[in-house]
Amino acid sequence: MTVAGPSDGARPPMISMHDVQKHFGTLHVLKNIRLDVPGGQVVIVIGPSGSGKSTLCRTINRLESIDSGDIAIDGVPLPAEGKGLAQLRADVGMVFQSFNLFAHKTILQNVTLGPIKVRKMSKKDADELADSLLQRVGIAEQRDKLPAQLSGGQQQRVAIARALAMKPKVMLFDEPTSALDPEMVNEVLDVMVSLAREGMTMVVVTHEMGFARKAGDRVLFMADGEIVEDGTPQEFFTNPTSNRAKDFLSKILTH
Amino acid sequence: MDFSFLSDPRYDVLGAFWVTVQLTVWSAIGAFILGVVLAAMRVCPVPLMRGFAGGVVNIVRNIPLTLIIIMMSQVIANQLGLRLATRQPGVNPQAFLDTQNFRLAVLGFIIYTSTFVCEAIRSGINTVPPGQAEAARAVGLTFTQVLGIVVLPQAIRAVVAPLGSVLIALIKNTTVASAIGVSEAALLMNTLLENEADKFTAVFLVIAAGFIVLALPTGLVFGSLAKKASVKR
Repeated sequence: MTVAGPSDGARPPMISMHDVQKHFGTLHVLKNIRLDVPGGQVVIVIGPSGSGKSTLCRTINRLESIDSGDIAIDGVPLPAEGKGLAQLRADVGMVFQSFNLFAHKTILQNVTLGPIKVRKMSKKDADELADSLLQRVGIAEQRDKLPAQLSGGQQQRVAIARALAMKPKVMLFDEPTSALDPEMVNEVLDVMVSLAREGMTMVVVTHEMGFARKAGDRVLFMADGEIVEDGTPQEFFTNPTSNRAKDFLSKILTH
Repeated sequence: MDFSFLSDPRYDVLGAFWVTVQLTVWSAIGAFILGVVLAAMRVCPVPLMRGFAGGVVNIVRNIPLTLIIIMMSQVIANQLGLRLATRQPGVNPQAFLDTQNFRLAVLGFIIYTSTFVCEAIRSGINTVPPGQAEAARAVGLTFTQVLGIVVLPQAIRAVVAPLGSVLIALIKNTTVASAIGVSEAALLMNTLLENEADKFTAVFLVIAAGFIVLALPTGLVFGSLAKKASVKR
C-alpha cells in the first residue's frame, strides 16, 4: 500500500485542506493543517484527546467553521454558508459518536429524509433506496421503529445508512464506536470495513487500532492541533518516528 | 338561590360563552402560528431578525393585556384607522362595530399570547440536543429545513404541557375583550350585575362555572397529549 500524494494525475484530491487554522478562544486547535486525500483512500485519524482530531473531521463539512485556510471537496471550495454549503454537505456523509438519529422520526424516515428533501427523490424511490440500505446494514426489520427502541449498535448502523442514502463522495466518521457497548462495536466496524473495501473515501477518527490496521490506507497522528505523523498503518504502528506517537502508542498498546 | 335569569330571554348565557369560545379558538390559532414564527426568528442566525423578535417579545409581554386591547381599539382602530370589517352606509353600524371589535380583540390576543407561545417554544428548542441539528445540517438541509423538519417538531412536542397553560390563560384572558364591548361572557356578567344586582352570588357562580367547564378539560387534554407527544431519547 502506498500513500498517494497531491500530485495524483489530473483528478483533484477528494478532500484538500490548505493552511487551515482554527482557534477556540485562545486555544489554537488546528495549526496549519495541510492534507490531501485522494478518492478511495481510507484515512484513520488517531491522537490523544484534545489533539484536534474531531475538530479536523468536523471542519471538512464545516460543522466547525475555520479561521483561515481553504478546504475543497472534489475540487470545489467549501462555501462559508447558505444553500451552496448545504449542497456540498449533502455530498459528504457524516457519522457521529452519539448517532444523532432524528428522535421523532422512524428508522425509515431517518434514512429517506435527506433523499426526499435534498435530492428531491420521490417517496417511493427513497423508500426503496432506504430499504436496500437498511438491508445492507442488517436492520431491515426495524424500519418502522423509533431510534430510542434500537440498541446503540443498531442506531449507529442506521446512521451509516442515512449518510449513504445521499450517495456521498466522502464519509466522515467522528469516533463512531466510542459510545457503544463493547459487544456492539464489531457490528458497526464490519459495515465500515465493507464500505472501505468498496472504495469509499473515508476519514475515520477512532481509537480502534484493529480497524485502523485492517481497513486503513493511511494513518494521521495528531497532537496539539498538528498532524505529527502521516503514513501507512504498517509504518505507524511498527515504526513511529515522533516521541509523541511512541508515547501514545505505548499507553494504548501495553494492556 | 335565584337562577331565574338563566331562562330570561334578555340574557343569552350560552351565546356569550360561544363568543368566548370563538375568541379563544381564533386567538389560539393565530398566536400559535405567530409564536412559532417569533421563536424561529429568535434562534435564526441573522442578528437583525433575532433582535427584532426579541424586542417585540420583551415589549409586548410586559404590557398589561387590558392596555393592549384598549390600544387596539383606541389607537390602532380609531387613531390609525385600521378597519377589520366593512361598514355599509345607511345600515345600523352596530353589526359593523361588533365584527370590528371582535376582530380587533382577536388581533390583540394573538399579539399578546404569541409572545408567551414564543418563549415556551424557545425553551423547548433548548431541550433538543445540538446533535439533532448537526445531523440535519450534515445531511444537507438548509437552515429553514433544519428548523422546520427537525428542531421545531421536537421542541413543540416537548412543550405541549406549558402550551396548555398558555391556552388556559388565554381562555380566561378573553374576558378583557369586554373592555372594548365584545359581547362575551364577562360583558354579560357586567350587564347581569347591573340589572340583577340582588342575584350577585348566582351570577358569579354561573359565569365562573362556565369558565371552569371550558378550561378544565383543556388542561386534561393537554396533559395526556403531552405524554403522547413526548420524544423518547
